[in-house]
Amino acid sequence: MAQTELAQVKVITLPERTSTSPGRKALRRFRRHRLAMLGVVIIVILVVAALVGNEPAALTPNLKLTNKPPSLEHPFGTDRTGRDVLARTLVGGRVSLSVGLVAVLFSTAIGTVLGALAGFYRGLVDQIIMRIVDMVMSFPVIVLLLTVVAIVGPGIFKIMVMIGLLTWTTPCRIIRAQFLSLREKEYVEAARCLGMTDFDIAIKHILPNAIAPLLVYASFGVATAVLLEAGLSYLGLGVQPPTPSWGNMLNTARSLSTMERTAWQWIPPAITTVLFVLAVNFVGDGIRDAVDPRALFEK
Amino acid sequence: MTIYILRRLLINVPVLLGISILVFTFIALAPGDPVSAYLKPEMGDNPALREAMRKELGLDQPLPIRYVRWLGMALQGNLGYRAVGGQPVSDVVGRGLKNSLVLMGTALAIGCLLGIPLGILSALRQYSKIDMALTALAFLGISSPSFLLGLGGLYVFGLKLGLFPIGGMVTPSQPFEIRDFLHHLALPALILSFAYIALLMRYTRSSMLDVINATYVTTARAKGLHEKNVILVHAFRNALLPIITVIGLALPEMVGGAVITETVFAWPGMGSLLVEGVAGRDFPLIMGISLVVATTVLIANLLTDIAYVFADPRIRYQ
Repeated sequence: MAQTELAQVKVITLPERTSTSPGRKALRRFRRHRLAMLGVVIIVILVVAALVGNEPAALTPNLKLTNKPPSLEHPFGTDRTGRDVLARTLVGGRVSLSVGLVAVLFSTAIGTVLGALAGFYRGLVDQIIMRIVDMVMSFPVIVLLLTVVAIVGPGIFKIMVMIGLLTWTTPCRIIRAQFLSLREKEYVEAARCLGMTDFDIAIKHILPNAIAPLLVYASFGVATAVLLEAGLSYLGLGVQPPTPSWGNMLNTARSLSTMERTAWQWIPPAITTVLFVLAVNFVGDGIRDAVDPRALFEK
Repeated sequence: MTIYILRRLLINVPVLLGISILVFTFIALAPGDPVSAYLKPEMGDNPALREAMRKELGLDQPLPIRYVRWLGMALQGNLGYRAVGGQPVSDVVGRGLKNSLVLMGTALAIGCLLGIPLGILSALRQYSKIDMALTALAFLGISSPSFLLGLGGLYVFGLKLGLFPIGGMVTPSQPFEIRDFLHHLALPALILSFAYIALLMRYTRSSMLDVINATYVTTARAKGLHEKNVILVHAFRNALLPIITVIGLALPEMVGGAVITETVFAWPGMGSLLVEGVAGRDFPLIMGISLVVATTVLIANLLTDIAYVFADPRIRYQ
């Protein structure tokens, strides 16, 4: 009797667990987001175009060919001192994009350090940092930015630092929220029992898990930084000529007559800026959907 | 209720003072000797004269004393005189404030009037074609940089099509007429409102979606209430909180947020004024603008907190 029972036991084989890391799952979800992929394509095109820009053509004036409309040798025409607008748009892309990138890296660095301190240690440190965050955050960024420019003057590196110093509050809040919740996890307690230093715990255990919302911020932050640079340079307070940037090429549109008569001088950088901002926003949206913690429970 | 307001004030006023101290210190540390602005070249470079000037302007006092004196005068409404032109700062800033408030207020009002109903519509018809179209539009609206839209709008509708005047608040030569004013206001206010419409639409939609599946909504329907009543009174009122937060966050922008767009349309508001001040190194003006903006931020935060209490009375007891 026992024999037949044993013989009737079916052997159940569990399916092979193909482990996909959360990172890989997120990447897969990102690829499914069509607008985000479109955004990536646009960004790649713009970056490549910026890198192939002809720097000498963008910087050497040619006073015989000033303010010429688009033609075969100068597809976007020439500007006030005879420089090729196409070349200036491409080289200007390098400037604007690098300002955006560096500013975001800077603000993320500051925000992460302060947010980590606030979230990890809580108490008085947290209170002080959050008061500072509230103070900086309650102002419109552009007002603070202009006030600082009035004091320290314009210039490409100065604005990179300034934009970084005025937008760190958002990543700070994000990281603080992440640290506040993640520090209660069991693996943190375990690490502490093992004698790991606070610094090591923060860097090796908590930070890797806190990165996801930071990536979302970083992508939207680049768009914001590029727009801030464009705005400042449009007002003449950002990147100074002769260095081209999308913003200071828009400066020609400040006078209504130039805006109308030599429209080819400001329309290309306007279009590239709008395209870049849209593309970055698409990508940011895609990243946000991809790393949505609720969706991490799917297979 | 008064205790609640007092508590909010107690938290916010030190922030305001802190900001004013920061800006004052920053400006005081700026390179350049302010005394030089007051000395005419023909007087020569006489150190004794400089010292006398410095004493007269009170610049030889230590920084904290200078700050306290400035604060004292500011609280009485005297914000000093512009370095460029010499007009009283409070007059200039007052005018700029009025103009900015009109522009941004109109933009925000349009944003609320269009954005909130569209958001509710979007939520009620979730995943329908209308919802998809509105969501796409909202996304574009949020991503579009308003100053570039402003440039484009000015170019297309102002210069090329001639539908709207190309900047400024009124036609200079004619006496003030409300139709002319509105004609000038239309384009910048519309452009600025896009961002608000998109923002409010999105937040209203998500907030309504959260609320619509709540049990009390089902109860209201079960009680036999008219659907309009259910949505507008029961559902919407509870969805109001995030919407108020968003509007509250937009209020501080009313005085300084549209700097670039104001410059594009040559609208004589706080933004244009700040740009003028920065370009001309007009520090008394910049200081005055910073103080006014900081105060507005404080008032806006306070108003938002009070509005919270009306929307959700439970907050009063936190």
